[in-house]
Amino acid sequence: MIARRSLTLFAGLFVLFVLVGWALGAANITLLLVQSFAYALIALGLNIQWGYGGLFNFGIMGMLMLGGAATTFISYPVNAQFWGSEGPLMLGKALLAFLAGFALVWGARHSDRLGIRGRWKTALTILAWIVAYIIYRSQIDPAAAYIESAAGGGWIGGLGLHPVLGWVFGGVLAAGVAYVVGKICLGLRTDYLAIATIGISEIIRALLKNMDWLTRGTLTVSPLPWPVPGPQELQAGGSSIADSFVYARLGFLALVVVVLVAVFWLIQRAYGGPWGRMMRAIRDNYIAAGSMGKNVTRRQLEVFILGSVLMGIGGAMLVSFQQIYDPSAYQPINHTFLIWVMVIVGGAGNNWGAVFGALLIYITWMISDPVAQWLFNHISNWSTDIGWGPIPEIQSRASQMRVFVLGVVITIALRYAPRGLIPEVVKREA
Amino acid sequence: MNELIFFFNNVIVAGVVLGSIYAVGAIGVTLIFGILRFAHFAHGDMMTMGAFIAFLLMLAFQAMGISVPFLPTGFLVLPIAMVITAIIALGLDKGFYAPLRRRGARPVTLLIASIGVTLIIQGLIRLFFGSGTWNFFETEPKQLIRIPVPLEGVTRTINFTQPQLLMVICTVVAVLALHFFLTRSRLGKAMRAMADNADLAQVSGINTKLVVRVTWIIAGSLAAMAGTMLALDVQLKPDLAFNIVLPIFAAAIVGGLGQSYGAIAGGFLIGFAETAAIFNWSVLLRPISGALPFEVPATLAVVPTEYKLTVAFVILVVVLLWRPTGIFKGAQT
Amino acid sequence: MPLIELKNVVGGYGGAPILNGVNIAIEQSDIGVIVGPNGAGKSTTLKAIFGLLKVTEGSIVFGGEEIQNSLPDKLVPKGLSFVPQEKNVFTSMSVEENLEMGAFTRTDDFRPTMEWVYEMFPVLREKRRQPAGELSGGQRQMVAMGRALMSQPKLLLLDEPSAGLSPRYVLEIFEQIVKVNKAGVGILMVEQNARQALAFASRGFVLATGKNRFTGTGPELIADPEVAKSFLGG
Repeated sequence: MIARRSLTLFAGLFVLFVLVGWALGAANITLLLVQSFAYALIALGLNIQWGYGGLFNFGIMGMLMLGGAATTFISYPVNAQFWGSEGPLMLGKALLAFLAGFALVWGARHSDRLGIRGRWKTALTILAWIVAYIIYRSQIDPAAAYIESAAGGGWIGGLGLHPVLGWVFGGVLAAGVAYVVGKICLGLRTDYLAIATIGISEIIRALLKNMDWLTRGTLTVSPLPWPVPGPQELQAGGSSIADSFVYARLGFLALVVVVLVAVFWLIQRAYGGPWGRMMRAIRDNYIAAGSMGKNVTRRQLEVFILGSVLMGIGGAMLVSFQQIYDPSAYQPINHTFLIWVMVIVGGAGNNWGAVFGALLIYITWMISDPVAQWLFNHISNWSTDIGWGPIPEIQSRASQMRVFVLGVVITIALRYAPRGLIPEVVKREA
Repeated sequence: MNELIFFFNNVIVAGVVLGSIYAVGAIGVTLIFGILRFAHFAHGDMMTMGAFIAFLLMLAFQAMGISVPFLPTGFLVLPIAMVITAIIALGLDKGFYAPLRRRGARPVTLLIASIGVTLIIQGLIRLFFGSGTWNFFETEPKQLIRIPVPLEGVTRTINFTQPQLLMVICTVVAVLALHFFLTRSRLGKAMRAMADNADLAQVSGINTKLVVRVTWIIAGSLAAMAGTMLALDVQLKPDLAFNIVLPIFAAAIVGGLGQSYGAIAGGFLIGFAETAAIFNWSVLLRPISGALPFEVPATLAVVPTEYKLTVAFVILVVVLLWRPTGIFKGAQT
Repeated sequence: MPLIELKNVVGGYGGAPILNGVNIAIEQSDIGVIVGPNGAGKSTTLKAIFGLLKVTEGSIVFGGEEIQNSLPDKLVPKGLSFVPQEKNVFTSMSVEENLEMGAFTRTDDFRPTMEWVYEMFPVLREKRRQPAGELSGGQRQMVAMGRALMSQPKLLLLDEPSAGLSPRYVLEIFEQIVKVNKAGVGILMVEQNARQALAFASRGFVLATGKNRFTGTGPELIADPEVAKSFLGG
């Protein structure tokens, strides 16, 4: 159901994109388009979790990082040095240690079946955690050190497969982690869940950033291959340099849009059907829904996993597009809060709203920097003219403006349009 | 014995310092949660802002030639910075949170609003100060205090810096002042009453608007103190406090949201947990390595140093799952 | 002139009004009791007086002043006090601190009043340093009333003071209320234990669907066969 207002808003958005494209050039606008549509997919994921499920997931950054790591692992060329060395063997042993530790803890947590209860069970569980940790560290530390050394190839490298498989694996990995996180966290209410998910995504970030043997950490991984022909290939085929960028990016954009449209259509179908109605019933009054026999926790877990899958895929897309995986570059501002702003401003609970919000906010976010630079340059010229001297470090300061702009946007949105620009359509049942 | 002193310096002293910073920050967070019932995410940026205000004041004082012997100028200007930050905190509430509260906003809306405030403050700080780092001790040297241990064969001294000592003293003073305020003064008791039962407080005639204002004043001043202390101990940079917002929340949650004493305990717990987790325990085992049946490895730390902040997050997640109301049974939303 | 007078008060929480023209008047010497079936608007009347919901029509005059839609903390200094039905003590604070909170709006020395409250409820003096949350139901009710009395009110509003108390304590609470009234405090209370409460009432009001149905002294209402049949269970 697109109301007239939504059409006007989307038309306005289109005009904005055209203007920006005219100002910044075709190459830049295609870049912005690809990234904003990838973010639209991620925003859809959050919309499912928050708009449908009422879940406060502030750990989006973690899911994006996992998606990026997945596509890196799948699509980056194989590191023959690693596979030829002792690395895989040691890693295998570490994996066994991990599984052994997992089994230990699982056993301890279910030791009440053996008659161990209460204080003893807690003590046993804690002991199991400690022992599991020691066993795992004893295997992974030497493995990591070896892999990171020259003999081991520096890092485990990739599998050299097609990037789209990487995207799929991104979704799968995100789903797996979301399952674990959801199982343990979804019992928490509101702000607690938000804080817990922030904490977990920080833990994920610390792990991915420091496991150099897995992700090369601060050394980063690049270049990652594209799923469609890239600029270099088009140039080899005869295009001019400028054109090659534009057309290559358009190709990528087409792929992203196809995925987005497919996902969107699926979600809209589900939203209109019985599953969607049930989800909204649970979100609006989960106590009543629970007492009616709906398995609330199960549904919430489903919603959490589903949203995370989209985030994983979106994160993978972004990394493939940017062709570099840099764990240190992930910031909660850019990768969690930004998406929350997209959904809140666009309209939580409405998929069109989420997509609109994503495109609008991303463009605003990205043009804040050049606009601020332009503004500062003018102010600087004026201040020089009147004798105060120029504004120092305009470039780095201008790039910080987008943080400020984002904060202002959140504040204004919460004050004047708390339901978003394209809010949820509440159908009145006849 | 030398090893014990090494342990003392790196775990106990460092833990006390870090714990003080976390504790002072966590008290503010927990007070706001207890009275206003929302997680004030912008607390970290209030701390950073307080530190920058203190820095500017210090530069001003130094330019005017005002100084006191034995006291780093950073501490001298601390009270003024606290007052200014308290006023700004009141302004933040009036401008950003009070309008939403009036409309009956849910706690999560306020959380998101506080994220907006965080971003605005972050942006403004970076705008005016750039992204670099600043040092409170560019022109004044940091005094190092070494206490020799009068025992045989001991070559190491107990080390800490003068700012660290002053920090701990400030924390103790602040905690005592708060304690007396909450238990002896009428307004302090009214704060506790409002945290206990806001509706009944209003019905009893307690001026709830006044209590809210006092809460922001206390939270703002403590945030300035914690932020300045942190900057004095390490360095001043724009994302100074963003990194420790989560450990501070962890401390507040661990201690029980709304419980000031819990926040203090939680702060020190997490401070010590961090320093103990990255400490190389094999140093302590070396002197007795002969008596041990196994070989002492070169490094024996619970987590590598890079994961220092992660310790706080792990504790936070564990506490949230195991006992969300915290050690001291605090409030829930 | 009556201490408090409600004239044709209409009000509610925002949707359909719960009160549809309520009229109440009592003096400072009265014990006023409001009874009626569930949903009649009894507690709502008290909340309307205390500014806890919106009054859209009619007026509430207290001591010659119109007070409808005032803020609660403005009413306490004027001599009104309210004891809610539930969550009516500060559970984490001691008994004495609870009483202190009742005196928040006072600028003079309130210790004599505290002494008076301890005289009336001796068990509170015994337990003054204990957290109010640790007390029994009946004792908590006394703390709640004591807190409300600390502001030296002219009119005390009580919302179902006997709720949740065992029968022995119900009688005791009513006797305490009579004691308070004899000490010069006007009482207006809402009660579910209609028969027992009306026995003490010098003014009784039976409400149904937000309107007055019967008015009279307590004993009169008990004796009235129509009232007894419809509202007091015969």
